[in-house]
Amino acid sequence: MAKSNILARTGNEAMAEAMRQVNPDVVAAYPITPATEIVQIFASFVADGLVDTEFVPVESEHSAMSACIGAASAGGRVMTGTSSQGLALMAEMLYIAAGLRLPIVLSDVNRALSSPINIHCDHSDTMMVRDSGWIQIFSENAQEAYDNMVQAVKIAEAVKLPVVVTTDGFIISHGMERIEILDDAEVKKFIGDYKPEHYLLNFEKPITVGALDLTDYYFEHKRQEIEAMKASTPVIIAVGSEFGKKTGRSYGLFEKYKMEDAEAVMIAMGSTAGTAKVKIDELRAKGLKAGLLKPRVFRPFPKEEIADALKGAKAVAVMDRSDSMNAQEGPLCLEVKAALYDKAANKPVLNYVYGLGGREIKPEDIGTVFDDLFEASKGKEKPGVSYLGVRE
Amino acid sequence: MAEKTKKIKKPGWKELPEADLIIGGGTALEFKTGDWRSERPVHIPEKCINCLTCWAYCPDSAVIVKEGKVVGFNYDYCKGCGICMHECPVKGKAIKMVPERDAKTETRK
Amino acid sequence: MKDLVEIRWHGRGGQGAKTAALLFADAALASGKYIQAFPEYGPERMGAPVASFNRISSEPILLHSGVSNPSVVIVLDPTLTESIDVTEGMPDNGVIIINTGKCPDAIRKELDIPGGIKVFTVDASGISKETIGREIPNTPMLGAFVKATGMLDFKEMLEDTKKKLEKKFKNKPEVVAGNIKAIERAYNEVRSQ
Repeated sequence: MAKSNILARTGNEAMAEAMRQVNPDVVAAYPITPATEIVQIFASFVADGLVDTEFVPVESEHSAMSACIGAASAGGRVMTGTSSQGLALMAEMLYIAAGLRLPIVLSDVNRALSSPINIHCDHSDTMMVRDSGWIQIFSENAQEAYDNMVQAVKIAEAVKLPVVVTTDGFIISHGMERIEILDDAEVKKFIGDYKPEHYLLNFEKPITVGALDLTDYYFEHKRQEIEAMKASTPVIIAVGSEFGKKTGRSYGLFEKYKMEDAEAVMIAMGSTAGTAKVKIDELRAKGLKAGLLKPRVFRPFPKEEIADALKGAKAVAVMDRSDSMNAQEGPLCLEVKAALYDKAANKPVLNYVYGLGGREIKPEDIGTVFDDLFEASKGKEKPGVSYLGVRE
Repeated sequence: MAEKTKKIKKPGWKELPEADLIIGGGTALEFKTGDWRSERPVHIPEKCINCLTCWAYCPDSAVIVKEGKVVGFNYDYCKGCGICMHECPVKGKAIKMVPERDAKTETRK
Repeated sequence: MKDLVEIRWHGRGGQGAKTAALLFADAALASGKYIQAFPEYGPERMGAPVASFNRISSEPILLHSGVSNPSVVIVLDPTLTESIDVTEGMPDNGVIIINTGKCPDAIRKELDIPGGIKVFTVDASGISKETIGREIPNTPMLGAFVKATGMLDFKEMLEDTKKKLEKKFKNKPEVVAGNIKAIERAYNEVRSQ
């Protein structure tokens, strides 16, 4: 790796850098903290002539996604970015992008949803649109944010589904880290040219997009979308491994950290996974069999693969950085439990809702979860959901 | 009148084009809207001055014009909205709207 | 991560605590280290106390929690010590570098700093006024920092910072020269006990 490819970049800068290298046809976006910088930096790339992109400043996130849908239907390679309330305002259009099977790539910087108003990290925004038909990929750090953005373009176009790549607000978006990037030409080669089969600006093969689809056809089209989501799993794996061959950084559906013989397993997404690894190293040094499973792809949820990976675990703790309010547990825990139920794997699964509104999570906090896990593996299970880090 | 549509077996999800796309242009031709009509326009050639106002206004392009002259209506697509009659500038109108039932009775006679 | 070093910068909004952390991280990266630099995000108000942080290691840094036990603390504004405990969470063998004209002994007494912590002082404000023409203590503090901790090669750091500043101040070469002079002077003038 040439030295010039090693950079100090924040998560936002890393994502903007990936967008520059992808050089999309259209970017339509509206600013929102902590995602503003991504499109702000990208807009400067447009102004400086570093990309050929048509940048469309719009008056809301709803319009941003609408413009993206129009541009993608026309046949363009399209990207955008947002966060929190912005993603919420986009929600209506997210379903349309997915239903129209448009391979739009969106960077979402995870931030809590109002109210109360807050600009810091949690995963409520991404979780709110988890059933919108978008492939959802979480990033642990700035490096993964960059890598995931590049891969997302290839995945989206291969399976004709939109992809959202997330980072943790401020923790990753504004934290500067060492990243390695590919050369511009390598990214170009990796993603290839975008050649949609059908698009509105193809006058040789005219199409109608968005026709009324009532009781007699809607269900069939939704079934297609569901199957496309299922079929994206092997594509995500193939793209992740091809990326690994190029960079030495392979990606799958989830990462297993010290899982071979792990008895107490934590499941955590995003930046918290890194902090958990540090704690696990400490526990391992004491001879305790701790491990981490870090879901990277939340949609499609790799239920069988995760259930298999948890086979050896005696107790599992699922870390949810959002709450489902009236559900039994947080969204990630619900998925994990359902996956284990299908395999008739009856083992303690503890759920921790943590870090809402950017509440810090330290290695010590992770430590208390592992304490609970080791107790649970001896049969002393903690009932219900625990709220980690909240003042009682 | 449009031909009676037969009950056809609709395609399953594996056969349909993805994303609810309708592939190919001019597909509206396959959708005959004539059976929505409760009243049909009838052309009165004696009164018609062939100004083609009806042709310009018809939202379904259902006014048939040949060599600059109105010759009738395409009842496969005419929805019977009556705009042609409404816009006809001729005093006493060169188009009359006839209830579909009467039109059919007339045909039978 | 046996050689992980955690650093905290104290300043006031507008004094460049964030920029200093970013510049330092960049210089550390250039010397082959793994780095993190991140500010503390609260309401952004000019003049309000702010902090920013670095983690530096020769191995990949996985921690993404805040820094609560920094082994190095840099104070860009000496008046902050009246309202903030700048030594909070520091280990006994930590290093604190303060922008002040006073000598380390006086500062130790004034702030009641425990014996194990090494105290360094440098008049970064004075230096910046003379070299840059304005009170911008963050860049000279980088020089003092490198001298006090020996963490980076001074010449490499100076070269890298120069490159970064040249990029940032394309049309103001005098700003670059002033900053470089400030870093060199602070490196030479920083005092220990």
